[in-house]
Amino acid sequence: MNKKQKKMLIRIIIAFAMTIALQFISVTGGLQLILYLTVYLIIGYDILKKAGIGILNRRVFDENFLMTIATVGAFALAIYSKSGDYNEAIAVMLFYQIGEFFQSYAVRKSRKNISELMDIRPDYANIERDGKLEKVDPDEVSVDSVIVVQPGEKVPIDGVVLDGTSTLNTSALTGESLPRDVNQGDEIISGCINMTGVLKIRTTKEFGESTVSKILELVENSSSRKARTENFISKFARVYTPAVCYGALALAILPPLAQFIFLEQTAQWSVWIYRALTFLVISCPCALVISIPLSFFAGIGGASKEGVLIKGSNYMEALSQAKYVVFDKTGTLTQGVFEVTAIHHNEMEDTELLEYAALAECFSSHPISKSLQNAYGKELDISRVTNIQEVSGQGMIARVDGKEVAAGNSKLMKELNVTYQDCHKVGTIIHVAIDRKYEGHIVISDIVKPHSKEVISELKKIGIKKSVILTGDSRCVADQVAKTLGIDEVYSELLPADKVLKVEELLSKKSEREKLVFVGDGINDAPVLTRADIGIAMGAMGADAAIEAADVVLMDDDPLKISKAIKISRKCLGIVYQNIVFALVIKFACLVLGAVGIANMWAAIFADVGVMVLAILNAMRALRVHSL
Amino acid sequence: MKKTYKIEVDCANCANLMEETTRKTAGVADATVNFMTQKMIVEFEEGKEPKEVMKAVFKACRKVEPDCEIEF
Repeated sequence: MNKKQKKMLIRIIIAFAMTIALQFISVTGGLQLILYLTVYLIIGYDILKKAGIGILNRRVFDENFLMTIATVGAFALAIYSKSGDYNEAIAVMLFYQIGEFFQSYAVRKSRKNISELMDIRPDYANIERDGKLEKVDPDEVSVDSVIVVQPGEKVPIDGVVLDGTSTLNTSALTGESLPRDVNQGDEIISGCINMTGVLKIRTTKEFGESTVSKILELVENSSSRKARTENFISKFARVYTPAVCYGALALAILPPLAQFIFLEQTAQWSVWIYRALTFLVISCPCALVISIPLSFFAGIGGASKEGVLIKGSNYMEALSQAKYVVFDKTGTLTQGVFEVTAIHHNEMEDTELLEYAALAECFSSHPISKSLQNAYGKELDISRVTNIQEVSGQGMIARVDGKEVAAGNSKLMKELNVTYQDCHKVGTIIHVAIDRKYEGHIVISDIVKPHSKEVISELKKIGIKKSVILTGDSRCVADQVAKTLGIDEVYSELLPADKVLKVEELLSKKSEREKLVFVGDGINDAPVLTRADIGIAMGAMGADAAIEAADVVLMDDDPLKISKAIKISRKCLGIVYQNIVFALVIKFACLVLGAVGIANMWAAIFADVGVMVLAILNAMRALRVHSL
Repeated sequence: MKKTYKIEVDCANCANLMEETTRKTAGVADATVNFMTQKMIVEFEEGKEPKEVMKAVFKACRKVEPDCEIEF
């Protein structure tokens, strides 16, 4: 609570206590009026002042003006009718102030909550000077400086580990508390928390260009990109208040005149003026104006806690209307790393065959050699290998422990006149022959991510009409992945430019309200990411290009986050619509009831303040998205 | 040129009014007021001195919302 709010709270308490006390003191006439006026001024002097300034600046129809007219009017009516019932005027002002107080408190609180959620901004960086650590502003650290990060501290700037090993907690960035090990030479991303050992880091970027700054900038600017709903509401608010005011004026004048002229009754001026004042109380569009941006802001904050960065309210809105999801294959649904997935037709042990193949390929720079070595898992004794001979486009032949080992594709086997077995599996096949005898083959393929299948069925469940794969990969590989995952359509062997054309084709086939999402890993997908209605980039840890091009950024590469992002956006938009409908229905109901005289000023103040409080509380639900 | 300013405003509707007013101020090409993060992003017209324009913006905003603050 700040000073302004404290002062307001004290005023509210004093006015409230005095109003209650006045109910028990029996004074009448002028003294009563003076006492009530005192309370009124305590609670409402700032409103009266602002209304006065408003009129001087030729700005009527703002809420201060309306409250002033309504309460002064209520006072005047009470004096005119000699009822001595000044409570209503005071109550209206009191509740209005309570509402304003609550609003500023709730907004401040939620703003704080959300910024705490995103509390990844490092406050300082440690620089070693003359053997001592010195804390400096991360902004002052230049590229290629050496910084020290101690256990428990945040990594302030992107860099490379010079010295030390440690485990990093990336949960602030990804929402996933999966610790990551780093060693000397590894790249390190700012925003992670160093957990175990002291790290010496050579910075590779300036603070402003580091991951953590980029993310913060993105999230902070996100609510500046306003959604259609938001723009609608601010336009609506501009029309609503004047309309209700003219309505109130008409209500105060026309019915009594009609009564007087056409029905030849006495005009009930006070009744109709009271009803008109009730109108004015309801005329403030606050509940709508505050709760919509608050819902979006809370939704974006909640999503970022889960490792889903949504770049604007407009994208949040578009994402909730997603009906088509187009995937890039490699790196998005599959790992993008080639791994040994099967070993067939071998008589010797799997590991033995792998060892021979890995040794034969050990001097090759081909990615296959890496995956063989990874699959073997142990250190290779290179001294066992002699006479290495690379057969271009076919494979390798080498002597291992004096035996001739040939590892390569079917062409190599044909070349060596070895009868080989074809494989039913999809992927790259490496046949192994030792001393011209076929020993079996090893299948290497890009493996599907653990959650890929789950996300496709999850997307179907939440009403996505079609899932599509676009890939540059060969047809049989793409078809097989699509089949195992349950994807509806596959387009394979595409060049990057073809992907854009395909997305455009898909865009032209769907209706305007159904949005198309493209999910890629951010590497050479930038044109497609921008072309789709919503571009989602995965695994953005460290990939700047992806953060730039995409509308939604997933901090890690778990595909399950895609369906989660859509669910979060739907919940958020659900809350937005609830608030709009709720506020409008109650307001219009009270306007109608007020016009016919059923709803009094108490109901009106509920329609104004009560609805706003409930709408704010509802908006805060958008923050809780963890269990979605 | 685009610049971001910290603002202080208590009601969301006032923030909308400030945005509208700022957009109409001479020298401003476009403006967005972000109520939630209490920030104002102003895009200035070519060749205008931001400081001078912001003076006018502040004056105009004070007229629609006497309580507001803009740090510039």
